[in-house]
Amino acid sequence: MAERAAPVDAPVVSMDAITKTFPGVKALDQVKLDLYPGQVTALVGENGAGKSTTVKILTGIYAPDGGTIRIGGAPVTLNTPNDASRVGITAIHQETVLFDELSVAENIFIGHAPRTRWGLIDRAEMHRAAKVLLDEIGAPFATHALLRDLGIASKHLVAIARALSVDARVVIMDEPTAALSHKEIEELYELIETLKSQGKAILFISHKFDEIFRIADRYTVFRDGAFVGEGLIADIDEDALVRMMVGRAVDHIFPDREQAVGEDILQVAGYDHPTEFADIGFTLKRGEILGFYGLVGAGRSEFMQALFGITRPSKGVTLINGDIKVIRSPADAVAAGIVYVPEDRGKQGAVIGLPIFQNITLPSLKRTSKSGFLQLAEEFKLAREYAERLDLRAAALDQDVGNLSGGNQQKVVIAKWLATQPQVIILDEPTKGIDIGSKAAVHEFMAELASQGLSVIMVSSEIPEVIGMSDRVIVMRDGRIVAEVAGDELTPETLVRHAAGITAAQLQEA
Amino acid sequence: MTDISTDRSVPDRLNSRTYRTLRSWEALLLAVAIAIFVVNSFASPYFLNAWNLSDATFNFTEKAMIAFAMALLIIAGEIDLSVASIIALASTAMGLAAQYGAGTPELVLIGLTVGLLCGAFNAVFVTVLGLPSIVVTIGTMSLFRGISFIILGDDAFRGYPASFAWFGQGYIYWVFTVEMLLFVIIAVIYGVLLHKTNFGRAVYAIGNNPTGALFSGIRVQRVKFILFLLTGLMSGVAAICLTSRLGSTRPSIAMGMELEVVTMVVLGGVNILGGSGSIPGVVIAAFVMGLVTFGLGLLNVPGIVMSIFIGLLLIGVIALPRLWAMIAARNKA
Repeated sequence: MAERAAPVDAPVVSMDAITKTFPGVKALDQVKLDLYPGQVTALVGENGAGKSTTVKILTGIYAPDGGTIRIGGAPVTLNTPNDASRVGITAIHQETVLFDELSVAENIFIGHAPRTRWGLIDRAEMHRAAKVLLDEIGAPFATHALLRDLGIASKHLVAIARALSVDARVVIMDEPTAALSHKEIEELYELIETLKSQGKAILFISHKFDEIFRIADRYTVFRDGAFVGEGLIADIDEDALVRMMVGRAVDHIFPDREQAVGEDILQVAGYDHPTEFADIGFTLKRGEILGFYGLVGAGRSEFMQALFGITRPSKGVTLINGDIKVIRSPADAVAAGIVYVPEDRGKQGAVIGLPIFQNITLPSLKRTSKSGFLQLAEEFKLAREYAERLDLRAAALDQDVGNLSGGNQQKVVIAKWLATQPQVIILDEPTKGIDIGSKAAVHEFMAELASQGLSVIMVSSEIPEVIGMSDRVIVMRDGRIVAEVAGDELTPETLVRHAAGITAAQLQEA
Repeated sequence: MTDISTDRSVPDRLNSRTYRTLRSWEALLLAVAIAIFVVNSFASPYFLNAWNLSDATFNFTEKAMIAFAMALLIIAGEIDLSVASIIALASTAMGLAAQYGAGTPELVLIGLTVGLLCGAFNAVFVTVLGLPSIVVTIGTMSLFRGISFIILGDDAFRGYPASFAWFGQGYIYWVFTVEMLLFVIIAVIYGVLLHKTNFGRAVYAIGNNPTGALFSGIRVQRVKFILFLLTGLMSGVAAICLTSRLGSTRPSIAMGMELEVVTMVVLGGVNILGGSGSIPGVVIAAFVMGLVTFGLGLLNVPGIVMSIFIGLLLIGVIALPRLWAMIAARNKA
């Protein structure tokens, strides 16, 4: 019905009745997915809906248990990543899989580098071809640059150049904007338009609805490993899409909070670091939610980790209830009543390999043990209490925390810290990569904690979340505090203006 | 209502303790140990003799003392390859002191102190300077033994006091040696330390995810420092036993023992990459290695063939479960 919808072409890729079972879990149950040339298809679903499994099947990492994949109408089997790239499927992952110690050109051409007639790599030709590809997508760096010297956005460009170099017909983008700034996201959109005009089929996976409605032409929705529906983006609105995703209506309203903040709990002054941040100081009151907003790279996480005793060398003064606390390690911070829920759950949050209950009691062992000896009954008691409070979904408390979904891992990390009965909890991007249903639960829980007198610092890059949850927002730019916003001033425009360091007029232009 | 599906609470444990014990690595290893014991008793008429078996324990008691500490170190994701060289240095120091008339208590004190100091030396480089332990301890492996060579040259220290022989040659009761008693005591201490204390929990946490452990308020570097100290200390204990048993010190003492210690730890089911393993596993592995060496010795198999056999055993026992899983998966398909 809309003019842009003219899918006269047959799909390039057509997955039909694909099923994949893991021990105990049916990850995909008879799902279908079609990708059309020159169009962006958004794959939408909550965490655990089967999006990642689908990507892994398309890229030859997992073999499906049943169903067929057709490329250009002909059935194919994709047993290895090599098979996938041979038929022209390439993926840009959440954590881009590239090689830090190799040059840009080597990264682009690894596995299919141009050869000399002696069978050796033709470096001159490789760099020339890489340059052509980089120019095509407007990448501003040299082909000789080492990958580790590039930022995340530039690494994405390298991954895209790599996709173009194999003459891919299908490009999979799995949360490509997760670590990008506003400007970089805009550039990525332009690039996607370029890819579309070249007739490539794009599978776009994102949790962010504004992105989906901005860039996608079609959508396919999965829920709990099953196909729910598909169609043209032009024919659907946000609410309908959310209903398909979660199977129920979710209101986006943030929890209503009585702003009943008490006396000063935490005072921070003069925090400095040689390169990451300078002169950070603020006060946090009992029961307050203080938002920290800024662009990626503004130094928010680095400062929070300094406050938690990790980032070094940094100096500054921390007072809890008016007493100076010397914090040289996370152990000192926990003892002082400051805890930190990191953004990187897998690496910094949970100890994968240890069971759930041991993760929860890890910082509280002094309390659950008797003169240094473990008391398992006490540990289970404490773990059970917080698992129930956070509504943790798991098979058993002695299950490896690595087998839990992202949202439940986050619950374990939060449970671990609440069990220490802290004064201040720092949440670094608490809902990043979490589906809408869990997001609302986290927000509600955060509000509940604050109402019980816990002081919350929330680092977030999502403007609705910052505005919806915070009593007060501190904006950081280039390692410094540039503004403190509260009340009526707390609008998206103010935050973006301060964070980007531009005037209202410039903002209008952009 | 007995519908448990409405009960949202999470149970404590997934499988019973018995089930997990039966499926464990330790159970497999114990079966191997018993098999070797049975085969040995048929292969040689001298095997099932209390005094012979008692002698055989010297094949593993000294190594196992170090292996217990090494197990904790490897579970925490580090390693110490200098342990045999620490024995050489500690033994040399004791020999030197004995030349100046030091008595048994002084000798023991010197052996333990040198072990601790060597452990501290390794620990400083790994935990304070943040260097990889495999590199640091390959370096100190040459360093510590090199010092012994400088002091001793081609010489040997003899002339230890008669009472010093008790550690390596003494018997507690009937066929039970002093070293066996030490082995049992040390095994229990390390078993309790690893499996029953907060410290042991920290060791597992660090081995599984050092960053996550740090972010959970564990003093990671302090725990690692203590583990290097313990490994050094155990090398000191082993040095006392070995020196006492041999009655002399040469710079080549305990040469190559570090690999046998690491073999014992890995055979015991400790993941060489850290994160998992148990002391009971290492205890059984010690018996397996002791039984194999003794049995082959009775059959007059030369030493080099023995090491081939130990190598095959290690690879075999590690490959077996993996092979098993592959076959099971194929049958299912």
